Amino acid sequence: MNNDNLGALFQRLPVETYVVTFTVILWIMLSATAPNFMTVDNISNMMRQVSISGIIAIGVLCTIIIAGIDLSVGSVAAFCGVIVAQLLSHGYGIPISVGLTLLAGVLVGSINAAGVGKLGIPAFVVTLAGLQVYRGFALLVSGGMTVGGLPPQIKDFSRGTLLGIPNLFTTMLVVAIIVHYLLSYTRTGRYLYAIGSNSEAARRQGIPVFRMTLIAYVLSSGLATLAGILLVSRLSIASPSMANAYELQAIAAAVVGGASLFGGRGTVLGAVAGAILFTTMGNGAVLLNIDPFWEMVLEGLLIALVVYLDNLQKKRQSGL
Amino acid sequence: MVFYPKETTLIVALSMGPSMKPVLTIRNVRKSFGPVEVLRGVDLDLVPGEVLALVGDNGAGKTTLIKHISGVYRADSGEIQLDGKSMDLLSPRQVRERGVETVYQDLALADDLTVGANIFLGREPMRRLFGVLPYIDERAIRNETASLLDRIKSHIPAKSKTVARLSGGQRQAVAIARAIYWKAKVVIMDEPTAALAVMERENVIKYARELAASGAGVIYIGHNLVEILEVADRIAVMFRGTIVHLTTAGETTQEKLIKYMTGYTDKEIAA
Repeated sequence: MNNDNLGALFQRLPVETYVVTFTVILWIMLSATAPNFMTVDNISNMMRQVSISGIIAIGVLCTIIIAGIDLSVGSVAAFCGVIVAQLLSHGYGIPISVGLTLLAGVLVGSINAAGVGKLGIPAFVVTLAGLQVYRGFALLVSGGMTVGGLPPQIKDFSRGTLLGIPNLFTTMLVVAIIVHYLLSYTRTGRYLYAIGSNSEAARRQGIPVFRMTLIAYVLSSGLATLAGILLVSRLSIASPSMANAYELQAIAAAVVGGASLFGGRGTVLGAVAGAILFTTMGNGAVLLNIDPFWEMVLEGLLIALVVYLDNLQKKRQSGL
Repeated sequence: MVFYPKETTLIVALSMGPSMKPVLTIRNVRKSFGPVEVLRGVDLDLVPGEVLALVGDNGAGKTTLIKHISGVYRADSGEIQLDGKSMDLLSPRQVRERGVETVYQDLALADDLTVGANIFLGREPMRRLFGVLPYIDERAIRNETASLLDRIKSHIPAKSKTVARLSGGQRQAVAIARAIYWKAKVVIMDEPTAALAVMERENVIKYARELAASGAGVIYIGHNLVEILEVADRIAVMFRGTIVHLTTAGETTQEKLIKYMTGYTDKEIAA
C-alpha cells in the first residue's frame, strides 16, 4: 500500500478514531500497571468527573464549529455556581434557583454573541474579556468566600445513581444526545457547520448568520452554567475559584476529538471522547503517583500536537 | 439524459419568435461614480434558454453592469426588469430569491459540507421521526444530488465526502447544479473558467449549455474569445459603458469582436 492509499484510508476513518483508540490504549496500560484503575469505585468516580468537563466541552464545541471560541466557560461555571449557591442558601427553592441561574447563563451567552456577531469583535477577545469579568463577578457575589449551607437534596443528586450509572454521567449523556441531534440532524446544525466553513457562502445562501451565532454562544454559556450547577452539587459548596482553567481542557477535548479551530468540523462524540481522555490521564497520573505538574505539561503538549496536525491538514486541503 | 447542443436551444428560442418574452430587460441604465460615467445608457434583453456572452476590455463596464443586475449597485437612471417587474429597489438577497443566481469566481461553497449539503444549503428537505422530531432528509438529498450530477455529466467521485477536495471545475459543477435544481431564471457566470485547466474549461462550457437547456437565461462573462464563440448564442460587446455591438455567435469572428472591443465603429469594420 503506497502513501496515497494510506492517506485516503485515514481520510475515510471517522475523525474520532484517533482519540478513541488512544484512550482505549491508555485504559489497557493503566489496567495493567495501576491495580486500582479498573475498580468500580474508580470508574464511577471518573464517570462523575468527566461529566462536568464533558458538558463544558460539548458547549465550547458549538462555538468552535462556527470558527469561534469560548474562553469564558470556566469563569461562567464558577460565577453561575456561586449564584445558584447563594440563591439556595438564601432559601429559594431548587427549581427557582436553578432556573434563574440558567437564565443568567443564557444572558451571558447572548452578550458574547452580540460582541462577536453585532460588534464584530473577535470571539477570542470577547470571551477572554468574559473570562476575567465573570471570575471577578464570582468573587464579588461570594465576597471571595466559599458559599455553603446548601440543602441536602443538592448533594444527593450527584451522589445518586440510576441503574448503577451516576446521575451526573446520565446528565452528560442526555446533553450529548440532544446536542448531537441538533448538530447532525437539524438545519440549525447544518448552518453552524456551514458558517464555520465559509460564512460568506452561508450568508449568500440566506442563512441567518447572527441567529446561528447566538445559538452557538448561548449553548456554550448555558452548558457551562449547567456544569457549574453540577459542580456545586458535587462539591456541596460553591467556591469563586472553582472550575479554574476548565476552558482550556474543554477546548482541548473538542480539538483532540477532531474539531478544527478553523471551524466547520467537530463532533459531540469526539468532544466527549476527548474529555474522557483527559480525565483518564489525570486519574492515571494520580494512581501512578506521577507528579500532577507533569500531567499539565503532557496535556499542554498534547494540545499543541493536535492543533499542529489540524493546521497541517488544513494546509494540505488548500493545496499548499 | 440528453445533452443539448447549443444550436438546438437557439433554434427553440428563435422559433418561438416574438412570443419568447425576455426574462431580463435592461433599459437605458446609467451609472456614474463621482465624475466618471461608467455606464452610459445600456440596453439589453436576455431570453430564457440562451447563453448571452458579455465581452469587452477591462474597464468597459461589464462588472458594473452585472452588479446592477444582482442588486449590488443601484442605477442613476434607467430600469432593469425581471419577468416584467422592476428590480430597482431590491437588495441582493431579494434579487437572489427572485431567481437571479450568480456563480462567483470564488464559488461560495462551504468546504466542510458534502456536495449535496452545499446544493441544498438553506433549503434542506425535512422529514419527521414519528411525525414529531424533524430531521434533514439526507436520503432525498443524496438521490437528488446523484441525478443532478448525472444530468450535467460531471464526474464528481461518488465517494467524495466534502467539497474541499474537488477541483475548480468540479466546484463549478456543484454551483451550477444548485442553480439548475432551484430553477434559477437568470444565471450570471462571471469569468467561470479564469482559474481552470484546459480540460475543465470544456466542462464548464457544457454546464453553461445545460443550464440554458434547463430554461435559464445565462449571462456569460469571459475574456477568451474562442471559448465565447463556442459557448454563446449571442454576444454583446461593451465599450466605454455602452453596448456597441450585439450579434449571434454564428455571424461573427474573433477578429470582428476584437475590433469592436477596441473601439472601431461599424463603418470602419465594414470598410
